[in-house]
Amino acid sequence: MPKDTGIGAATTRREDVRFLTGRGQYTDDIQTQSECAAVFARSTVANGKIKSIDTSAAAAMPGVLAIFTGDDFAEVGGNPAGWLINSRDGTPMHEPKRPVLAHGKVRHVGDAYAAVIAETVAQARDAVEAIEADIEELPAIVDMKGALASDNYVHDEIGTNQCFDWGWIEDNRAATDEAIKNAHHVTTLELVNNRLVPNAMEPRCSIGHYNPGTDEYTLHTTSQNPHLTRLLISAFVMGIPENKLTVIAPDVGGGFGSKIYHYGEEALVLAAAKKLGRTVKWTADRTEAFLTDAHGRDHVTKIELALDAEGNFLAFRTETMANVGAYLSNFSTATPTFLHGTLMAGNYTVPLVYVNVKAVFTNTAPVDAYRGAGRPEATFSLERVIDKAARELGMDPIELRRKNFVKPDQYPFASAAGLEYDSGNYDALMDQMEKVADKAGFEARRKESEAKGLLRGFGVNAYIEACGIAPSNLVGVLGSRVGLYDAATVRVNATGNLSVMVGAHSHGQGHETVFPQVVAEMLGIEAESIDIVHGDTSKIPFGMGTYGSRSLAVCGSAVVRATEKIINKAKKIAAHMLEASDEDITLKDGVFSVAGTDKSVSFGEVALKAYIPHEFPLEDIEPGLEETAFYDPANFTYPSGAYCCEVEVDPETGKVRVDRMTAVDDFGNVINPMVVTGQVHGGLGQGIGQALVENTTYDENGQLLSASYMDYTMPRADDLPFYIVDHSKGNPCTHNPLGVKGCGEAGAIGSPPTVVNAVIDALQSGGKNVTHIDMPMTPHRVWSAMNNA
Amino acid sequence: MYAFDIERPSSVADAVAALGAEDAQALGGGQTLIPTLKQRLAAPSKLVSLGSVTEMQGVASEGGSIRIGGATNHATVAAQVGGTYPALADLAANIGDPAVRNRGTIGGSLANNDPAACYPAAALASGATIITNKRQIAADEYFQGMFTTALGEGEIITGVLFPVPEQASYQKFVQPASRFALVGVFVAKYSDGVRVAVTGASNEGVQRWSAAEEALSANFSADAVSGLNFPTDDLIADLHGSAEYRAHLVKVMTGRAVVAAS
Repeated sequence: MPKDTGIGAATTRREDVRFLTGRGQYTDDIQTQSECAAVFARSTVANGKIKSIDTSAAAAMPGVLAIFTGDDFAEVGGNPAGWLINSRDGTPMHEPKRPVLAHGKVRHVGDAYAAVIAETVAQARDAVEAIEADIEELPAIVDMKGALASDNYVHDEIGTNQCFDWGWIEDNRAATDEAIKNAHHVTTLELVNNRLVPNAMEPRCSIGHYNPGTDEYTLHTTSQNPHLTRLLISAFVMGIPENKLTVIAPDVGGGFGSKIYHYGEEALVLAAAKKLGRTVKWTADRTEAFLTDAHGRDHVTKIELALDAEGNFLAFRTETMANVGAYLSNFSTATPTFLHGTLMAGNYTVPLVYVNVKAVFTNTAPVDAYRGAGRPEATFSLERVIDKAARELGMDPIELRRKNFVKPDQYPFASAAGLEYDSGNYDALMDQMEKVADKAGFEARRKESEAKGLLRGFGVNAYIEACGIAPSNLVGVLGSRVGLYDAATVRVNATGNLSVMVGAHSHGQGHETVFPQVVAEMLGIEAESIDIVHGDTSKIPFGMGTYGSRSLAVCGSAVVRATEKIINKAKKIAAHMLEASDEDITLKDGVFSVAGTDKSVSFGEVALKAYIPHEFPLEDIEPGLEETAFYDPANFTYPSGAYCCEVEVDPETGKVRVDRMTAVDDFGNVINPMVVTGQVHGGLGQGIGQALVENTTYDENGQLLSASYMDYTMPRADDLPFYIVDHSKGNPCTHNPLGVKGCGEAGAIGSPPTVVNAVIDALQSGGKNVTHIDMPMTPHRVWSAMNNA
Repeated sequence: MYAFDIERPSSVADAVAALGAEDAQALGGGQTLIPTLKQRLAAPSKLVSLGSVTEMQGVASEGGSIRIGGATNHATVAAQVGGTYPALADLAANIGDPAVRNRGTIGGSLANNDPAACYPAAALASGATIITNKRQIAADEYFQGMFTTALGEGEIITGVLFPVPEQASYQKFVQPASRFALVGVFVAKYSDGVRVAVTGASNEGVQRWSAAEEALSANFSADAVSGLNFPTDDLIADLHGSAEYRAHLVKVMTGRAVVAAS
């Protein structure tokens, strides 16, 4: 067993060699001789009627090859929502068409209404400036509450700004209302889960290519899931047969969700490539990224927690408005519903949960899944209201949580929000957190801070989330229009090395390192002899991509199943070579042996035999050694954690500094602890960013005020502490072969309420009666809260 | 970015001549101008880079003053004036990030006069003299409002003369995204009195706080300003802070500057 490269080995990331030496191959790095450039004309108003678009002057500009407007795509299909949500009254959600280019109206600043294809980017940009668009500005619909009350509609044809009014679990509504009415104590909190701009380091980029000789299209694009993009383009938007369309996503420089979705720019470059017989490239600039990448979060929630006199939770009830922006992005309807409402029981034995979500159209960029996708919103609401309840009841916030935790002997546990948790031990995580964070030393540290004139606070959080998305049968019942399995092909080459084709697609997660560790462990060979192939629909069987912390739990399980098939076949070949029975063959450390004898053949010898099948029992075994498996999970996986943080607040300026941040997570089994730690670090950075600095602000006219790094604050190294990260207390997932749960989003889910709870604790320790501050807790907001308290 | 020509003169005279062309624009370190060009918000016919003008480079002591060439970058100031004017070196060392500090120049910063830039506060609080190819301008006359200065057409900042104070400190409370000053206060104590300059706060750009100057000239301690209130008239209010918050920060930063200078 290769302990240095198999499961559990903290090997360095092999992909980092090229990433850190400038040898990554991103979409924009691809250059071809016939390449020409697409630049989009984008709306400068949030809501407007397109009265006319005159492209004649632009068309006459140097280098211009073609100009497209919404008229050119009036007949093609729209980009659909992947999830159909029914309202409480049983009616289906409103699903207005999302065109390739705006047609009739522009609906948010940045909405593309025309595209110029020219020989160079500069020429295309000049021509875009020469397009004469007569767009009549209409009053913008920005605020969600106002949108629901308004008779001014983002989509006139649906006659409302409400996409749906969803209840979960509707059958529990009356009982929840009753429990809250009769409860000993009810804690109420109104809060905002702030909108975030994803800010992947690599902007979106798409290159369309068409071969008239074969009628085949190729799309290179920045995607977390090239097969889903192909499916959407083929089945819904353009009708290109899947066997005539290859989608390739090479190295992807971050996504955080924003590169899951199919965007109109991808369809445009394909249509232009066919029309011109040229390769057409579009690369977003940073302003386009701010204005048009699908944003995240943006919920406004009222949550109530009912408790009895002993502090037992009786019910959670929430009313949420979820902003979906101007159009429904592919997963925008699943995020605030089934990825959010189903988590509203948290880690707790609470018997009743009722969640109401109204999804609202506004003249803002579309909002969709962003690192955590619904679970951060659920965790934030729960863990903030629990903290507030503890203060109101004079209880220790950790003890109140422990009192209501699901206990280890209760698994499998059916939560009041409709999920079945398979494993966990929340008390053990809390114990470990208190230990590694040195909670006992907090009071001494608080005194040190006070001596410096600073207020110190301790904040805690317990989270559970649902990963490994998702059982197809279950999500089908819930409205998903896709299955959420994944696939892998394991190809053993004749010389004994392996290519493993996976449907997951890394945009920073380290798949090229981790997946080979799994296969190496199973085959007993060195991971270095195994390579991952991903991101190319022509090379891999199928895949649903990377999001929802699903890659290892779902696609990794497919890799296990395919490798098991390889082992079975290889044993048959070995049995033939060793003149033994299949059942007597064992595999250990890359060697097939006949049990009880000294007869053996190596894995490499078996591979060679499979491809040079001399003296081979062709009547029983096919030549070759390649197997494919599809894996559809039996359940979600349920990572959980206990987080704490300590902040220092400057009472004179309101500035918050995170001094200590501890994340103790149950990810089940861990394949590569270093990669997992890195994933947690990234998530913590984003979560602290959301809590303290990231401010997506639209004004009343729908202009994005924070549309550049001059005004949108990204968390930087000096905003963040050294983290204490611990994942030693894992309880394996019970239903996937690796026992893994998923780690990609946990940090971003667990940290925001932790930071807010710590700031509230700090302010209260300073005698300020502040019970809540909305994120981001900028110095100005904290100072204002202190001075209004 | 629109197309433009670029010239790299090696003398002030050549630079002035080059700037005579229609729609020509001087280029210092380009830390504001280049992003503006990339956004297609300006369309100069020609950029005249001042980076090769050797007579505009470097730092020199002149009696009780420091003279800094207009094309000297922030990193050089941070590295070379610490011994004589540590508050100025500290200010330069905390502008932007290393890339900005190795490109951005003092002349560029003062010519642009961004209302949230750091250098204008130092120049105004120090009673500096702005030296151009045509004349010498006292800081009190030089700054004329947000992005507005006394510079005329074809006039280049060739150097800045800073009288070295007895004590000084610059305290910046950063706008978290841009890391420009949400509020920055430069306090400089000279034998004939204290000067206080505030950046980041006002729609009028950098300005002196006369009430604080009077109070600190009489009693150079943080207590002297604790009872004052910075006037909120015409202060900047945006998503990063209200006028009231900025006024409050001016007072806090002034007090901290006095403590740090003492």
